[in-house]
Amino acid sequence: MAMNGKGYLDASTLPVKEYDGIIIGGGGSGLMSSLQLAQSGMNTAVVSKVFPTRSHTVSAQGGITCAIASADPNDDWRWHMYDTVKGSDFIGDQDSIEYMCQEGPATVFELENMGLPFSRTEEGKIYQRAFGGQSKDFGKGGQAERTCAAADRTGHALLHTLYQANVKAGTNFLSEWFAIDLVLNDQNQVTGVIAFEIESGEAFFLKSKATVLATGGAGRIYKSTTNALINTGDGTGMALRAGLAVQDMEMWQFHPTGIHGAGTLVTEGCRGEGGYLINKDGERFMERYAPNAKDLASRDVVARSMMLEIIEGRGCGPEADHCFLKMDHLGADLLHKRLPGITELSRTFAHVDPAEQPIPVVPTCHYAMGGIPTNVHGQVITQQSNGSDSIVEGLYAAGEAACVSVHGGNRLGGNSLLDLVVFGRSAGMHIEESFKNGIDIKDPSKDDINKALKNINKVNASTEGENSAKIKKDLQETMQLSFGVFRTEENMEKGIKVIDEIRSRTENIHLADKSSRFNTARVEALELLNLLEVAEATAISANERKESRGAHSRDDFPERDDDNWLKHSIYFKESKEVSKRDVNFRPKLVQAFQPFARTY
Amino acid sequence: MNSIAAEQITTLKMSIYRYDPDSGNKPFMQDIDIDIPKDKDIMVLDALHLAKEQDSSISFRRSCREGVCGSDGMNINGKNGLGCITPLSTVVRKNKLELRPLPGLPVVKDLIVDMTQFVDQYKKIRPYLIADKESDGTAIPQTVENREKLDGLYECILCGCCSTACPSFWWNPDKFLGPAALLQAYRFIADSRDTAREERLDQLEDAFSVFRCHGIMNCVSVCPKGLNPTKAINEIKKMLVKRAL
Repeated sequence: MAMNGKGYLDASTLPVKEYDGIIIGGGGSGLMSSLQLAQSGMNTAVVSKVFPTRSHTVSAQGGITCAIASADPNDDWRWHMYDTVKGSDFIGDQDSIEYMCQEGPATVFELENMGLPFSRTEEGKIYQRAFGGQSKDFGKGGQAERTCAAADRTGHALLHTLYQANVKAGTNFLSEWFAIDLVLNDQNQVTGVIAFEIESGEAFFLKSKATVLATGGAGRIYKSTTNALINTGDGTGMALRAGLAVQDMEMWQFHPTGIHGAGTLVTEGCRGEGGYLINKDGERFMERYAPNAKDLASRDVVARSMMLEIIEGRGCGPEADHCFLKMDHLGADLLHKRLPGITELSRTFAHVDPAEQPIPVVPTCHYAMGGIPTNVHGQVITQQSNGSDSIVEGLYAAGEAACVSVHGGNRLGGNSLLDLVVFGRSAGMHIEESFKNGIDIKDPSKDDINKALKNINKVNASTEGENSAKIKKDLQETMQLSFGVFRTEENMEKGIKVIDEIRSRTENIHLADKSSRFNTARVEALELLNLLEVAEATAISANERKESRGAHSRDDFPERDDDNWLKHSIYFKESKEVSKRDVNFRPKLVQAFQPFARTY
Repeated sequence: MNSIAAEQITTLKMSIYRYDPDSGNKPFMQDIDIDIPKDKDIMVLDALHLAKEQDSSISFRRSCREGVCGSDGMNINGKNGLGCITPLSTVVRKNKLELRPLPGLPVVKDLIVDMTQFVDQYKKIRPYLIADKESDGTAIPQTVENREKLDGLYECILCGCCSTACPSFWWNPDKFLGPAALLQAYRFIADSRDTAREERLDQLEDAFSVFRCHGIMNCVSVCPKGLNPTKAINEIKKMLVKRAL
């Protein structure tokens, strides 16, 4: 039996469910938005393709960075702001960074009040550990300890706490529902989304005056990634297909310590607690690359240093293709108390006990700094043909799917969880406020709805062609080869060509299994369409940014070029062209931080 | 596995439970042979992905693939576990790997069970902190010792391996809360910040909610996170008995 008992979905017979607000994604940002809305009494639903606690926020380990002044009573959110601006290589928007760092403490305390089981200091306060790129006194006061932690399971603790708070608030979950495409009306307002219940295969138009894309990252565009299998950029794909802009898509963070061979993450907290990286000679090589911060330089710097060690023949192992993370000097007690999850993961995926042997690690795709551009209220922004910004009515984005942009060219460790909760909440608050003032969104026509049904109908109608799994593998290999830590024009152009061929192949996806009940092959075929959009946006934006900044490092343009590229990149699917957008240097409460040479 | 030379490959015989209620067919075991590398101890989930390359209609849940999200609880050669952190070497016997859905819950399709009953029991214990004092806008203080009482409790990933391995839960899935929900009940009872301990105990004080646990300890033996629900249940029982005296 096909979807809705039919071979073909059409607006005239498609069932409709109507809500005040829809949140797509049940991770940290989605659940923070939904909590805000549920508490306000609005009729909202969380649409999540997995049961909410299966979302990728659950995998975050080291902590949530925030100047709550536990470890250092003099800590200051302005210092956190300085670190974040510097970490972003100066293309983070300073109004957003200011908002996040200043609002952060109240939000972290609120999470604690909800029950989040943070680790504690001897005084009974929330425990904070050192993370990369952190400083006191605007870089002049040495290493800070600013990352609030629940052992090394902070994401798990945070996501479960938020789910629990939503259970308490009576949030309505559409759990294991897959969102396919946004429905826009002729005024380009977003009126909701086409989605289907995976269990029954029943598709609906979920109509809403406010739709939040909280769909997370897309690390699965790469072959080797720390990301969950579900991180396929669904919201980003939907935005691109809807003709909206994406921003800074070339900026992908490669985390220094993915377990070699498996890709699973071991937290930066390992180095925060005193672990360090060594090459095959046992040398603590980060002392050469970052004499002050050493292993706690920011992630882009550490990842590049590791790759240079490997390229120059000082890698570890029989293939000399990784480095070692040494922690045996920390003692089994500390590992047990502060890093129990890492100990478990190392045993399972690297077959080593970190109390005795070093962990084989390699830089691994981890996080998208880029995404759907928004303002601090989570409202999605797109760019007009004259280069000016405009708000996309009815649409919000938050978390990794969004680019607000607090991370710019490189995210600091622990800032992603803070981003999720602060901007998940601010989107919720703005929706609540807008409802009070009245939202005017025009109903979509049947044609508008049918437009959003095009892809699913095509996949459902396929009778021959290629299996999506093989196409996905080829896409991931291309991204890995051409858009890794070090990039060159020659390599990227090759990659762009292959992606173009892959696009033609996806026109021909064959869904062999047309059954309706929990058809995971259908979900995977639709996910591939999203991965393709994200990959192509990444590839073309990367080739266009002719400089090295943050995580984007080019052998052919090794220097940062502030004259031409102290800018966001903006990409549209239809034109496949990249334009520029100004970075915000107008914080409200402090003087803007001006660019300087970034050393650690 | 096309990039691996033939001499480095071995064949694993998989047998996978298949059921699609929409098809009108009865459940059956599907035999699939997959090629796996000889020198690498892949996980059960990796093996399932290889099987799905041959037959894309095989359905199972998966997400984090590192044992923290709790999606891929299943019955592996007779024992519940997470596919993504179970190496083949620890479960394959006589070159055979049999995969079935978690027992005791309705099957939605193939290895996917309907978790509604499981989640409903979890929701019943009020799985959230109840603190009657108005917040002063900062953290509620907690000593290191009190925080340590939550270790071994808060780490639950709601995979369902324990409750679906429990005969008491099979018999009374609506009245006996089951090990997973009870572990979380104790997680909040044990939290020094929670002020609803007595109400929580009141709610558990009947013949079924807690006391249907007969200490069989299947939950302990299958928990992929190494947690001990039986111990938590015994702590609750002790508190209830002490109160009654």
